[in-house]
Amino acid sequence: MSLILARKEKRSSMDIGMFFAALLTLGIFSFLYKDNPVYKVCEAIFVGVSAGFWAITYFFDNIHKKFWLGVFPQEGDSPDYWLWGGAILGFLMLLRISNKIGWIARWPLSFIVGATAGLYMMLYFVSNALNQVADTMMPIVAYASDNSVLWLDTFGNFIVVLGVVTGLIYFFFSKEHKGLFGTGAQVGTWFLMITFGASFGYTVMSRMSLLIGRLDFLFGDWLGLF
Amino acid sequence: MRRNIPLAVTFVVGMLLIVSVFLPPIETIGEDFGVFFSIIAVFAFFLGGGNLIKVHFGKIMKKSNDWEFSLVTVVGFFAMLIIGLFKIGAPGDISTSVTAEGSYFQEMFVYLINPLQSTMYALLAFFVASASYRAFRAKNREATILLVAAFIILLGRTPLGMMLTGWIPESFSIFQVPNLAVWIMNSPNLAGQRAIMIGISLGVVAMSLRLILGIERTYLGGDDKG
Repeated sequence: MSLILARKEKRSSMDIGMFFAALLTLGIFSFLYKDNPVYKVCEAIFVGVSAGFWAITYFFDNIHKKFWLGVFPQEGDSPDYWLWGGAILGFLMLLRISNKIGWIARWPLSFIVGATAGLYMMLYFVSNALNQVADTMMPIVAYASDNSVLWLDTFGNFIVVLGVVTGLIYFFFSKEHKGLFGTGAQVGTWFLMITFGASFGYTVMSRMSLLIGRLDFLFGDWLGLF
Repeated sequence: MRRNIPLAVTFVVGMLLIVSVFLPPIETIGEDFGVFFSIIAVFAFFLGGGNLIKVHFGKIMKKSNDWEFSLVTVVGFFAMLIIGLFKIGAPGDISTSVTAEGSYFQEMFVYLINPLQSTMYALLAFFVASASYRAFRAKNREATILLVAAFIILLGRTPLGMMLTGWIPESFSIFQVPNLAVWIMNSPNLAGQRAIMIGISLGVVAMSLRLILGIERTYLGGDDKG
């Protein structure tokens, strides 16, 4: 009996949740007609609730799990006093609200800028520059296991090399895009257009699938029509 | 104090992270700084949350335009904070995870944030459709290439692509739209992506060096006092 009641309670809490979710979904869609108070209420809920959600999530994930449990660990583990450095820098960040000593907040900011610059410089240089160049320096002619030429793969390899070289020519602004160099840059823009077209196609598809998901929620999960 | 210390911090931290790649004894310093980073980010987020409340409280107190929506934002923010901090509805004691199944915090995510967020993005489908109309007018050669690439990708990723071109014999299967879409993704699109990635990485390296060496100082603000 208690199990049935518990299930009923769970079901009714789900129904209320579903009802609110459907109302909010319709409220956001109402923007398609025009900007209206219902949409603005939904937008305001989204801003407030999301800010609260991320504040709590960051607090428990970083301050509680990483800092607090690191400095005051459970039995058996040794405390990691090094973490106080992060907490002190974080506290200094809060000094920004003071008019007199707000400039101290630049210290943690400069730590973040320095760390990001140092980390990303090496990361990008290795993964996005060196590795991509290395992957492009490949044999253009592709062979099958019986040594016959795979024409389609060979053409694909040629296109990749041509596209990377001409694309880089387009991004090289220290020389005027004229003559042979200009032709290279022109071909580079065609490759870039194909890339943008492909990205655009994927963006359209992802938004459409989200729209289908919301319609599926409204007509399927909420109204139970299918 | 106001500019020299932040510049020194940026230089030391940035150089340390670059050097750590070449020095095995300090190679884990990037991970340690990563933890610092997440702790500082929480304090920065608190500042952002505080600013959000300050702005909206100001609007409520002054009864400015649309102050009612600010009230909704503030109520949503505090509701989420209280539910999350006190782990209301979470099964078990205070040590239970805030995102445990059945907690009100989790329910708020599932029935408020999730539908709002996905509907906001789904709404973009309509605006993307309108943007497509403008982008898909083949005004010049580049726009035509973008149009054709996006069209093939869109068709190739839906059953319609196979329905339209499934009759093409196996020996010319590359001209079936789904296969053509795969070829575009793997060859010309890859080439364009690589050129962009290499360009971005060189830009990141240059910008990182400018930051670490103190040439780029805009992040410190406009106060020039030493």
